[in-house]
Amino acid sequence: MTPETSTQLLFQMKRMRFVEEEIARRYSENKMRCPTHLSVGQEAVAAAAGLALRRDDLAVSGHRAHAHYLGKGGNLPAMLAEIYGKATGCAGGKGGSMHLIDERAGFMGSTAIVAGTVPIGVGLAYGIKLKRTGQVSCVFHGDAVVEAGVFFESVNFAVLKKLPVLFVCENNLYSVYSPLRVRQPGGRSIAKMVEGLGLAVGGGDGNDAAKVYRMVSEALDAIRKGSGPRFLEFATYRWREHCGPHYDNDIGYRTEAEFLEWKAKEPIGRLEAELRSRGVISAAEIGEMDLAIGREVGAAFAFAEASPFPEAASACADLYAESPLSDAVPRGAGA
Amino acid sequence: MALMTFSKAINEALSVAMAQDRNVICYGLGVDDPKGVFGTTLGLQERFGPERVFDMPTSENAMTGIGIGAALYGLRPVMTHQRLDFALLSMDQLVNNAAKWRFMFGGHRGVPLTVRMILGRGWGQGPTHSQNLQAWFAHVPGLKVVMPSTAEDAKGLLLSSIFDDDPVIFLEHRWLHNLRGEVPAGDCRVPIGKARTLRQGGDITIVAMSYMTIEALHAVDHLAAQGVACDLIDLRSVRPLDWAAIESSVQRTGRLLALDTGTLTGSISGEIVARIASDCWPQLKCAPQRLAAPDFPEATSPALTRSYHIRAEQIAEKVGTMLAREVEHRSLAQQREHPHDVPGDWFSGPF
Repeated sequence: MTPETSTQLLFQMKRMRFVEEEIARRYSENKMRCPTHLSVGQEAVAAAAGLALRRDDLAVSGHRAHAHYLGKGGNLPAMLAEIYGKATGCAGGKGGSMHLIDERAGFMGSTAIVAGTVPIGVGLAYGIKLKRTGQVSCVFHGDAVVEAGVFFESVNFAVLKKLPVLFVCENNLYSVYSPLRVRQPGGRSIAKMVEGLGLAVGGGDGNDAAKVYRMVSEALDAIRKGSGPRFLEFATYRWREHCGPHYDNDIGYRTEAEFLEWKAKEPIGRLEAELRSRGVISAAEIGEMDLAIGREVGAAFAFAEASPFPEAASACADLYAESPLSDAVPRGAGA
Repeated sequence: MALMTFSKAINEALSVAMAQDRNVICYGLGVDDPKGVFGTTLGLQERFGPERVFDMPTSENAMTGIGIGAALYGLRPVMTHQRLDFALLSMDQLVNNAAKWRFMFGGHRGVPLTVRMILGRGWGQGPTHSQNLQAWFAHVPGLKVVMPSTAEDAKGLLLSSIFDDDPVIFLEHRWLHNLRGEVPAGDCRVPIGKARTLRQGGDITIVAMSYMTIEALHAVDHLAAQGVACDLIDLRSVRPLDWAAIESSVQRTGRLLALDTGTLTGSISGEIVARIASDCWPQLKCAPQRLAAPDFPEATSPALTRSYHIRAEQIAEKVGTMLAREVEHRSLAQQREHPHDVPGDWFSGPF
């Protein structure tokens, strides 16, 4: 990895962290009125994959998608405005935190149903293959997705047709409050299981951003050379509660000790220390980076807060291309 | 114009669409097998190649999502289910993704996906090979639901569905596949959402869809010979539904009989009666009525299906009751030469 890429990786992770910590800090103001799933602690995979993917590559994700969206180059003010329910939001206020989109950045959509975008990503890849554009479709997902039937169906088709798809699994050990051990048999590796479907798999420490970047880059190279789909599983950990801004190590489904163990392995400080020790970046430059991020994020929040709400009459808009259809808006009885 | 079957008209629509637009692809279980989905997909793979026409894994949900993803990339996929019942495995992708994508992302991109589903009745298809669940799909804002009754409309509406920028559920009744009709050549699109008045008359409005239109035609022509003049409206699509056509007819006739191929409770016919009762109350001369399948699944044995489905004689009888007139209807059943559970001599099972 070049010094520029390393620095960029650090910047991306810090920016994701700052954005989400700021969401958490402001969430209790009750102006962001939608379910919000933070990826604090999990930034390495999103940042590294986002950097390794080309701008014209495509990506889809699930409910915990802020970091994936930002890593792929999604517009920050539009994301925050969406969470605030504003007209300037990336989905015009129709979607909220769980429905992010920025097609100009190749971020084709994140949705709220677990595993719902896995076949979407594979379908995008079918289009890519037919048009022979050399793009790759990246499917970001969590450990619970491999419990859904549609995942197996989708991977099977991607392997069958040798489609240019990269599946990136962030295994953070929990689905809401349900630990992996009550959902999947102990001792079974997700990657090993997926390998049985007939594609090359890999993965490892999801908090080692540089390593994730290398592995994703290698997988993308292979896919572009026609290898067919690849699957990568990265171990990481969600610091905050499943949905919302708080820490929840006290409610009994996981322990403070486990959290602290993972916090000690956190990705940002680790890369920062490494880059400092190698002389890639100075303390002053890191200070400048932090200041720049603070300014950008502050301005993005100001934009979101100052933006207008959508017109109430637009609630039924965009149902169909030729909206409104005659039956889209019911008339009153007896009208 | 050429005389052809309903299934050949479907095949022609697919050919015309695929020749016209390289983005149209066609897939589903058995689309390239020797039977070609009741003949509807025969010859397509030879003509357009295996990348655009292909059989698929038995993965209805993922293959629907893959169609949605391909549609988001700019393709116009046509997915085919040999039975509507199989498509129930894909409800998540249809309802949560296909129907919502344009809306939930603020209008960035729609999903030009067409999903053909074949529904039916009779000949031992039984509880899970015969369901007419059009009301399920029509209940979902964001979907369009098309139900042609004639060969001409099968071709014209399938073309419109394929080139529509939103997801369309295209419902083909198995009993219509061998029906013949004059069909225009080339790209003869029929607009989605417009009903067609098949018979004009001032005594009563009969609203039907898909195969029920054929039973209604027999009843209406039989009644005409007895001096009863019916307005027969073939809906052609049930979402959007052509309310203007129904309302203007009811305003003339003052009577409404809504027919349905599905079970009664929660049906399209129920929605039609509700809306017309609300909006046309002053014009109604008698209570609007419905005829639909009973509220239990269709059984398999022919001994159990004899009175399950609505036939022309019941429609004629119901019209007589609504008009408070004696009408002859028994001969309709007596004239029928083939068994009650097949559409005609051409149908010998097993599909």
